[in-house]
Amino acid sequence: MTERELPLWEVFIRSRTGLNHRHVGSLHAADAAMAMQNARDLYCRRQEGVSIWVVESGLIHASDPSDKESLFDPAEDKIYRHPTFYDVPDGVENI
Amino acid sequence: MAVCDQQDLFTYLLRLGDSGLVLGQRLSEWVGKAPMLEEEMALANMALDLVGQSRMLLSYAALVEGKGRTEDQLAMHRDVHEFTNPLLVEQPNGDFAHSMARQYFYASFAERLFDKLQHSADTQLAGIAAKAVKEFRYHARHAGLWMVRLGDGTEESRDRMIRAIQELWPYTGELFETDELDRRMLEAGIGVDLHVLRKSWREDLDRVLGEAGLPLPADDAWMHSGGRAGRHSEHLGHLLATMQFLPRAYPDAGW
Repeated sequence: MTERELPLWEVFIRSRTGLNHRHVGSLHAADAAMAMQNARDLYCRRQEGVSIWVVESGLIHASDPSDKESLFDPAEDKIYRHPTFYDVPDGVENI
Repeated sequence: MAVCDQQDLFTYLLRLGDSGLVLGQRLSEWVGKAPMLEEEMALANMALDLVGQSRMLLSYAALVEGKGRTEDQLAMHRDVHEFTNPLLVEQPNGDFAHSMARQYFYASFAERLFDKLQHSADTQLAGIAAKAVKEFRYHARHAGLWMVRLGDGTEESRDRMIRAIQELWPYTGELFETDELDRRMLEAGIGVDLHVLRKSWREDLDRVLGEAGLPLPADDAWMHSGGRAGRHSEHLGHLLATMQFLPRAYPDAGW
């Protein structure tokens, strides 16, 4: 028998209506239909979700860890990008 | 609506419960041996669905019988000739193609059966059916996808699937057998007309086999029979020996 691994897929689950899909893990499957079935069996056994996305891992373009400094460090000294410079009027609970 | 005999209802529930129990036990034999982790989980999930349905059916059967027996006594303290499942579900797992063909044949049938049973005059049975039909719909889709994948896969996978269908096909006729009990249950508004199910079962099978590029089995093939009357293949005894060993050796065991 030939031993060949099936392609890898990334699984995203939306746990409740209104929330975002979140990455929960990966699995092996031959195609999208099988990935969907496997995602249901592996990641939705305990009522975790109301919606599933599956994406072939190869289709995801990830940032290079060696680019970490150039990508993320420049934001370090730009604290004015955080919305912390506003006075919240009295009586406003949520903004 | 005719009044239904309690003994009839008991036997009817037993048939449904036994089928799920035996098939669930068979599927659980794959645990630890599945071709890949993902499929291992799928097989175990399906086994758990079946055993769960069977628990509900057998505990209701025990209640209807009214002799103080429990679901466990029905499952673990009956011998081969007292089991009423169709022969299909006790057939050995064979290779993966065999297990998937068997699962598709039964789940596609059970999906249609429980879909109708949701409207049974017996409200408890209707409630169990409403839960079971969703599970069987998933089982049939899962196994059906594998039939297409294997049938339309490599030369070896195709040969194995063809062999699996050839060997299991003679066990499919029994699923649709209608005896006196079925007729009485149908008259009482509790049971289902199995002849009606057969047509759509066959149509779905032809769709799957067509997609898979597999030859269609003949409708007039010779069929095995006898499981519902307690005449089983040699395989069921071995299955029960494994399943029943613990509660028989240690009757007081609990967890």
